[in-house]
Amino acid sequence: FRIMAGKVKWVTDIEKSVLINNFEKRGWIQVAENEDWNFYWMSVQTIRNVFSVETGYRLSDDQIVNHFPNHYELTRKDLMVKNIKRYRKELEKEGSPLAEKDENGKYIYLDFVPVTFMLPADYNLFVEEFRKNPSSTWIMKPCGKAQGKGIFLINKLSQIKKWSRDSKTSSFVSQSSKEAYVISLYINNPLLIGGKKFDLRLYVLVSTYRPLRCYMYKLGFCRFCTVKYTPSTSELDNMFVHLTNVAIQKHGDDYNHIHGGKWTVSNLRLYLESTRGKEVTNKLFDEIHWIIVQSLKAVAPVMNNDKHCFECYGYDIIIDDKLKPWLIEVNASPSLTSSTANDRILKYNLINDTLNIAVPNGEIPDCKWNKSPPKEVLGNYEVLYDEEMAQSDGTDRDLRGRPGQPTGVKGGRARDSGKPVLTTWK
Amino acid sequence: AFQRPVNEQKELLNKWNEMGTDEPDLSLFRPVYAPKDFLEVSLHKTKLIHPNYENGEQPSFRNHLGLIQVPLKVKDIPELKEDFSELGLNIGQLGIDDSAQVPPEFFENEHVRVGQKVLAEQDSAAAQQYVRQGCPTALRADLWALILNISNQPEDILYYEQLKSNVIQHDLLVDSLIYKDVKLTASNDDYYFVFEDYLYQVLLCFSRDTSVLEHFTYSSATPPKSYIQGKLGMEEYAVFYPPNGVIPFHGFSMYVAPLCFLYHEPSKLYQIFREMYVRFFFRLHSISSHPSGIVSLCLLFETLLQTHLPQLFYHLREIGAQPLRISFKWMVRAFSGYLATDQLLLLWDRILGYNSLEILAVLAAAVFAFRAVNLMEVTSLAAAE
Repeated sequence: FRIMAGKVKWVTDIEKSVLINNFEKRGWIQVAENEDWNFYWMSVQTIRNVFSVETGYRLSDDQIVNHFPNHYELTRKDLMVKNIKRYRKELEKEGSPLAEKDENGKYIYLDFVPVTFMLPADYNLFVEEFRKNPSSTWIMKPCGKAQGKGIFLINKLSQIKKWSRDSKTSSFVSQSSKEAYVISLYINNPLLIGGKKFDLRLYVLVSTYRPLRCYMYKLGFCRFCTVKYTPSTSELDNMFVHLTNVAIQKHGDDYNHIHGGKWTVSNLRLYLESTRGKEVTNKLFDEIHWIIVQSLKAVAPVMNNDKHCFECYGYDIIIDDKLKPWLIEVNASPSLTSSTANDRILKYNLINDTLNIAVPNGEIPDCKWNKSPPKEVLGNYEVLYDEEMAQSDGTDRDLRGRPGQPTGVKGGRARDSGKPVLTTWK
Repeated sequence: AFQRPVNEQKELLNKWNEMGTDEPDLSLFRPVYAPKDFLEVSLHKTKLIHPNYENGEQPSFRNHLGLIQVPLKVKDIPELKEDFSELGLNIGQLGIDDSAQVPPEFFENEHVRVGQKVLAEQDSAAAQQYVRQGCPTALRADLWALILNISNQPEDILYYEQLKSNVIQHDLLVDSLIYKDVKLTASNDDYYFVFEDYLYQVLLCFSRDTSVLEHFTYSSATPPKSYIQGKLGMEEYAVFYPPNGVIPFHGFSMYVAPLCFLYHEPSKLYQIFREMYVRFFFRLHSISSHPSGIVSLCLLFETLLQTHLPQLFYHLREIGAQPLRISFKWMVRAFSGYLATDQLLLLWDRILGYNSLEILAVLAAAVFAFRAVNLMEVTSLAAAE
C-alpha cells in the first residue's frame, strides 16, 4: 500500500546505451548506489558484494536486482558441469525415465554437455579418458573468464603438463578457483554452413527458480567464424577458425562491421528446413529448448531463489553435424555491446522486454508479487517452462515431454515464424 | 585470358572452398555497370526504337507520364487477375494462410500433402501448377529442381567439375568483376554473407560455361565478342568474351545468393542457377519486347501505377521522384536483397509457377500502393527511397 506512487529509481554499473535508453524512456530516475534505489542493474562483481556474508546487505521489498546471488552455480563452467552431473545421478537414483541410458552407457536424454573434467583436481581421471581416444582434441577453458580469453585447444598430454597434480611445476599453478580450468572434449564436427563454424546465442530470462519460470527470447542469433573451419591439427591454434566469440572474431582480417558475422535464428531455421527437412529441424529446436530447461532444473535446487532477483542469461549452444545441440556455457552477463546496427536494435528490445517482465508496468516494484506477467507484456519472449502451470496440468507429462516423443494435446506447434510452441515438461 | 602458372593452379585448387578470404587486389576495379546505368541505357534505346512504331496514334493515356514510352502490350488488372487466378483472395497461399494464427487444417496440411504427392510422382507440370500457391520450405528445393528439370546426374556433376578445372587453369579478367561484385553486395548482406564462397564457385564456373551461349538464340541480346590479337574484325578469329557471353553487372551475384539457402551441393546449386538464368534472369538485363523482359516490366509497372494510383504518380513525378527510378533496381534484381529471404523465395515460387516475371512489376506497384499514404507526404526522391 503506497501513498505516493513515485518513479522507479535506478542504478547501474554497466554504462551501456541499450540499458540507459530503456530506463530513461520509462521516465525512471537515475540515483547513486548509496541512495535509495528500486532497480539496480549490477555487474557480477557488485552482486558478489551485495550478497556476501560480510556486508550484511538487506534488500527491501521495493528493490530488484538483475542477478541471483549464486548464479555462478550455472554460469561458472566447472560448477555448471558439476550441477548437471549431480542432477543426472539423482534422477538415476530415483529411477526416473529421464535418466535412461543407452547400450554404451550414455544418457539418452541428458547427454548434452561434452565430457568435461576440472583441472587440476580431476587430472588423473582426464588422463584415463584421454588415453581411451588419443587422437581426440580437447578444449581448455579458464573457469572464471569470458569472451574467449585464455582458451586453447590441445591434442597431446604434454600440452597440459603443468595442470598435472603431481607435476613439479604445479607449485606455481595456484589451486585457487581463479586459475582453475575445465577441459572438455572438443566438438570437432560442428555443423558448418557455408563451410564455417558457428554457435548460437540464445537469451533466457529466469524470474524464479522455485517454482521454475523461464522465458526464451525468440530473436537469438548465430555467430559465425570468419575463417573456414578445418579440424586439421595444423590449425588448432588458429582461434579465428575455432572460437566464435565476437570479441575474438572482430580482430580477424575478414570481420565485417555491417553484419558482424551474425545470422538470425530464423535464417538458420529456414536454411535447415530447406536443406534438411522440417522434422529434423523441429527436433533440433525442441532439443535446444529441452537442454536449456534441464540445465535450469539442474541448478534450481541449489540456487538461492531470492525474491528480489531475476536474471537474463546468454546461453551458448553448438550444433554438431548430426544436428545434435550441445550446451557450451551459460553467461550471467551477456554482452550488451552492439557490434552492428541490427545488434543494437536487438539488444535494446531485449532489455525492453526483460524490464517489462521483471518490473511490471514500469512501476516501483514489490518483490512479493507473484511473478506472473500477463501474456501481452512478453514482447519477443515466449514462455519456455512454467513449473506451476506444468504441475497444475495434473497429468504425468514426463514421458510425453521428452524430445522425439509425440507431444500431448497442449504440445501443439505454433507456426509463428516457423517456431514450435514450447511444450511444458514436468 | 591467361593460363595460370602451375603453382598458382595448385594454390587455387586448395583454396577453392574459401576464395572469400583470398581475393586479388580489387581496388582498381569498378563494376562495369549498375542497374541505374542500365535504366538510362534502356530509356535511351527505347526512345530510339519508338520512331519505328510511328503510326499516328496518340501517346497512350495509360502511361503518358511514365519514363517508358514504347507501345508494347502489357496486361491490365482484369487480364492479370485471370492469368494469375491462383493468387486470388479466396485461394490459400503459403506465406499468408500458414501463419501462426491459422489452424493448419484449413490449408497448410493439405497443401503440404499435395506437394509430397507431386514430388513422389515426379510430375513436373503438376509441380509448376502447385508452386503457384507457394512451396513448403522443406519441399521447395526438390520442387524447383523438378520444374527446372535438374536431376544432378553424374554427367552433370562431371560437367561442373570440368568448369571448375577451367577456372583453376585459366584466369579471366571478368573474374575480378565477379570478386568485386560479391564483395560489394552479398558479402555485406545479412542473409547471404555466409555463402560468399559458394558464390565465387558458381559465378567463376558460370562465366566459363559456353552452354549458356545457347540462350542467345531466344534472347534479343548478343554476346560480346573479342578478337584474337591482330585479327580484329575477322570473324573466324572471334571468340565470345566472357565464354558464356554474359558480363556480370553490379548485383549479379544476388541472383545466386538466395539459392544457397536451398542447395548446399555445389554442382546442383550451379545447375539450378544456370537454368534460372537462361529461363528468367537474362530477361531482366537485356532489352527486348518480350512480356517478361525488363522493358515490358517497367511499362507494366508504370501503367499499373498510373491507372490505379494516379494521384500518387503525379505527386512523385512532381517532386522529381519518378517511381520507376526507385523500383527499377528491385525488378532487375528480382527483389533479391530487397526482401527477406523467406519472402523472396515465396515470390520466386510464383515466377517458376507462372513461368513469367510479370509478378515483379505487380509487386513493385503493390509496394507503392502499400506505402501510398506515406509517399504522398514526401518531398524528395531521397525521402521517397
